[in-house]
Amino acid sequence: MQKQAIFQSKLLPYVLVAPQLAIVLIFFYWPALQAVIQSFLLQDAFGLSTTFVWFDNYIELFKDPAYFESVVRTFFFSFAIAVLSLSFALLLAVMADKPLRGSMLYRTLLIWPYAVAPPVVGVLWIFMLHPSLGVLARYLRALGIDWNPLLDGDQAATLIILAAAWKQISYNFLFFLAGLQAIPKSVLEAAAIDGARPMRRFWTVTFPLLSPTIFFLLVVNIVYAFFDTFGIIDTMTRGGPGTSTVTLVYKVYSDGLLGGNLGSSAAQSVILMIMVIVLTGIQFRFVERKVTY
Amino acid sequence: MVEEEGFRRYVAHIILWIGIAVVAFPVYIAFVASTQDNALIANGQMSLLPGGHFFETYYQTIFVGTSGSTREPVGNMMLNSLVMALLIAVGKIAISIISAYAIVYFRFPFRMPIFWIIFITLMLPVEVRIYPTYKIVADLHMLDSYAGLALPLIASATATLLFRQFFMTVPDELLEASRIDGAGPLRFFWDTLLPLSRTNMAALFVILFILGWNQYLWPLLITTRDDMQTIQIGIRKMITTTDALTEWPIVMATAVLAMLPPVFVVVVMQKLFVRGLVETEK
Repeated sequence: MQKQAIFQSKLLPYVLVAPQLAIVLIFFYWPALQAVIQSFLLQDAFGLSTTFVWFDNYIELFKDPAYFESVVRTFFFSFAIAVLSLSFALLLAVMADKPLRGSMLYRTLLIWPYAVAPPVVGVLWIFMLHPSLGVLARYLRALGIDWNPLLDGDQAATLIILAAAWKQISYNFLFFLAGLQAIPKSVLEAAAIDGARPMRRFWTVTFPLLSPTIFFLLVVNIVYAFFDTFGIIDTMTRGGPGTSTVTLVYKVYSDGLLGGNLGSSAAQSVILMIMVIVLTGIQFRFVERKVTY
Repeated sequence: MVEEEGFRRYVAHIILWIGIAVVAFPVYIAFVASTQDNALIANGQMSLLPGGHFFETYYQTIFVGTSGSTREPVGNMMLNSLVMALLIAVGKIAISIISAYAIVYFRFPFRMPIFWIIFITLMLPVEVRIYPTYKIVADLHMLDSYAGLALPLIASATATLLFRQFFMTVPDELLEASRIDGAGPLRFFWDTLLPLSRTNMAALFVILFILGWNQYLWPLLITTRDDMQTIQIGIRKMITTTDALTEWPIVMATAVLAMLPPVFVVVVMQKLFVRGLVETEK
């Protein structure tokens, strides 16, 4: 699709694209290229000399059990966060979609957590569930649970999944609500006339019609869990205890910062880039489908 | 209309209120903690009702800061966050709208390659290229500066695509008409296209402001001076010291202050927010 009515000018269009082009080239392409180059280099301990080592950094990574563990962990986190947050948000959206009094108020009261920053989410949740002073931790201990996410890796992971899913509820709720409102009421009426009870109507009519939204949100939630959980993890657990909450992005950060292992950090960056490109590719193909659908 | 029986409606109301409680509880606890005495909280004796230290804590947080870990009033951090968020939002909208204008309304050599160069940036968030970007910003002497905070986060295509899509829907007759009036490309942009784009710009601004205010990893890397910290970084530093020394009421007051501006924007400009969110995800 192209505009028919256009302006003629030799210089002006270049002047107009120049600022964005400059920023994108300097702050996007150049660093991305550097990451790719760096991933093929090995720096000595003092940073004085570098050698070209082909795929050694990648091979080292794939042989490293800690890396493999963080890949598995990241996917597990993503899956758990997405399922938890999507199901809760869907339940709320289905309720809010009903013709209720005060439905606008409900929407307002449910969407604002979108604006809470990940590090703040981390602080809020660690405070509630802090082993020695957390308000909720008291009750957990009263129930006989030996709750200490600062020492127990599985509990730390649970805490992060809960906090991350909490933040994502509002986003998912909003898109589910929009998806539900786009379903023609006549279809539901037809099902009702055929004698389908509300539960049956939901699973046989609403849910299938909502599947594009669900799929879209699944991809968005996975990308969210990959990247935006960094702030939550960094304020809550710093990847600990041990390495039990180190995700891929956290590992890129900590290996480059603390370990000073830039070659490996760069190789990890490149692998992450490829993963995101694949995910975005899936999302785009789906958007294309939605247009024709 | 599909009939809803009374009983089902009650259930819906109850489920929604439970949802609201789940969503609001952590924030309520933070607010309550910010009004209480630190000794009480540290002992795990925190009450679930607000205490009497509201003014004292918030005054200290905004104008003094913690005594140990950050040495910087949170008011100053909020100012840094505000400048960064505004620079990101305004900067991105400004450079995007003019480049989208060029790509839609002109034919020039390398038009499509340039479009693709910008388009590809959509795929990669700053997190995957942090260290190389850090090095470039350091080489340009932009560490600890507002430009260094904002520019790398401006380098993405969401806004350009949005404006491109919108310009495609603007009827050609408008351009013909203003050409008959003798308007050149800049006049047409300023007098016709910009006023038409107002709602889109506002919606985009709301989303970008929230994203900018909430940035974390990037400011964490490139700010080293205390007076350049954003509020998100400040919070993290406040809980760095060993737990016993953490001044929880101040931490929680900072958390509340960090949430206030973006939450305010979402609630007050809800229509624009929803529109911006849906449009940027397309």
